[in-house]
Amino acid sequence: MSKNISILIVDDEESVRDSLFNWFVVDGYEVACAGNAKEALFQIESRPFDIVLADIKMPGMDGLEMHRRIKTLNKDAIVIIMTAFASVETAVQALKDGAYDYVTKPFDPDDLSHLIRNATKHIVLKSENELLREKVLSLENVEDIIGKSDAMLKVLKEVESVAQSNSSVIITGESGTGKELIARAIHFNSPRKYFPLVSVHCGALTESLLESELFGHEKGAFTGAMFNRKGRFEMADGGTIFLDEIATISSKMQIELLRVLESKSFVRVGGNKEIKSDFRVICATNKDLKKMVEHGTFREDLYYRLNVVNIHVPPLRERIDDIPLLVNHFIKKYCSDMSKDVLTIEPAALKRLESLEFPGNVRELENMIERAIVIGNNKEIRLKDLPLGSEVSYTSVESLNDLEKKHIQQILAKYDWNISRSSKALQIDRVTLYNKIRKYNLKPE
Amino acid sequence: MNNKPIILFAIGQFDEHCLNSLAQDISVEYRWPVVVQSVEMDLNPFYDENRRQYDGNKLLKAIELIDTETYFKKIGLFQIDLFIPILTYIFGQAVFNGNSGIVSAFRLKNELYGLKPDHPLLFKRFKKVIIHELGHSLGLIHCQHPKCVMRSSTYVEDIDQKSAHFCSSCKLKLDKLI
Repeated sequence: MSKNISILIVDDEESVRDSLFNWFVVDGYEVACAGNAKEALFQIESRPFDIVLADIKMPGMDGLEMHRRIKTLNKDAIVIIMTAFASVETAVQALKDGAYDYVTKPFDPDDLSHLIRNATKHIVLKSENELLREKVLSLENVEDIIGKSDAMLKVLKEVESVAQSNSSVIITGESGTGKELIARAIHFNSPRKYFPLVSVHCGALTESLLESELFGHEKGAFTGAMFNRKGRFEMADGGTIFLDEIATISSKMQIELLRVLESKSFVRVGGNKEIKSDFRVICATNKDLKKMVEHGTFREDLYYRLNVVNIHVPPLRERIDDIPLLVNHFIKKYCSDMSKDVLTIEPAALKRLESLEFPGNVRELENMIERAIVIGNNKEIRLKDLPLGSEVSYTSVESLNDLEKKHIQQILAKYDWNISRSSKALQIDRVTLYNKIRKYNLKPE
Repeated sequence: MNNKPIILFAIGQFDEHCLNSLAQDISVEYRWPVVVQSVEMDLNPFYDENRRQYDGNKLLKAIELIDTETYFKKIGLFQIDLFIPILTYIFGQAVFNGNSGIVSAFRLKNELYGLKPDHPLLFKRFKKVIIHELGHSLGLIHCQHPKCVMRSSTYVEDIDQKSAHFCSSCKLKLDKLI
């Protein structure tokens, strides 16, 4: 353990330097000596020592001053102050200034051994801690964020850089793109990860309920408030609060929220005591908040308070490359949940999925795969297992005419353009069907 | 390589039989000839009145000066309480990679700790410290092996925990050094 640990002994007494030098050399440390503070600082400038054992009283510059200068040169150095009984008070001052420990001269051999062993352990632990921190910095808890496309890699890069900061974040993106997963990834890769991540779905709550939910309430604050209740801001102390569907909150709540974000304190509904909470805010919305600000439906000051960092999660149609990965992920997930052998997917089915628009994004794809596993043949997911009839036909249509056109086309394809059977299935007469074919310019594929 | 022996200078009252046994055991451990010689030395100049102890650094220098040519390594054996300026006491010390060292039996005696005298135990402790200090003079550093004689010992109990022998790793180093 003592290998590679370097010690600098600083004392104006030669006998002390020599004694300590011999003591540490036979313990296997790399040892150097300096007769005064100036010489010591010169040596520290040229090489970083792990431990500096310095006398508190030296001519020219005392140990305290030298300790301060050492810390500016090498903040990681462990400084141990050697002192006589008379200068214990100054040694205590050194401890307050950040010295690792002090020893009173002369010291017991065992005390010296313990002191250096503990300092060495501290150094080893510190370097282990740094290694672990580096490991932590590589993103964690992102297993559920599936995607290797450039668009998703950009998002993950943004998550990585924003996670270590304390800034508010707005995650934008269509419904079903995985905004909450991004919020989780930010939280669990931030220094706040050992504290709670509290999620609030603002859109699901009425104004009064949201107020009580966010700020908590005191007993008797309103009918049914039988007990004191902590609010979500209070629960998120030390951690992160995730406000989903932030665009849905009322003007009154916007003002309240702004006040809380600015002061990091609030009062429970029906209470009068100011409660402080240290939380980070991450919001998500599928709305264009900037447009809402322009239209006056979202407060500009709140928008700027929240929108320190904006992460946009791309819709699935803009990351088609990720569809095979997502499909495999969901197949594994649901086969495991349903205790089935992992299925494969028919290439034609996968190709078809890649051609869809997915207005419901990843959530929609996930539902499709789950459904296909439930109704499928337990061997592979086939094209016919995918709900590409009625459900998916909605995905790329915008008007009733589009819907009618697509539906007629699908029925005609199903009956090989047999007009009689198709009109029967559509429950319209043949003439109407011909008219529709002409109107929509339909042709056999 | 040389044929000069290791010498143990006995300064103070030592049992002759005990000294010879020490020399024999140390010779076996180092596979090197070890001789003993009683020496008269005035210890007054080494006494520190404030500490009421004898200055180990000064004594080590005095041993270094004795007959520098004839012996491979020289160890001064004492019965006095040794200190060095920075430490409250020492059992012994040697010049690392040098040719001399000192060891005292004073703090190895059970009586100092309120226990009954135990001569065989004292002999074992004394032998271990001498082998240990000789090891330093040969360039061996402290060893982490719990039984190795080169393990650092700051209390007599630490000395009792270890053996009077080198671990395989230190033995290997020693073979290269001698």
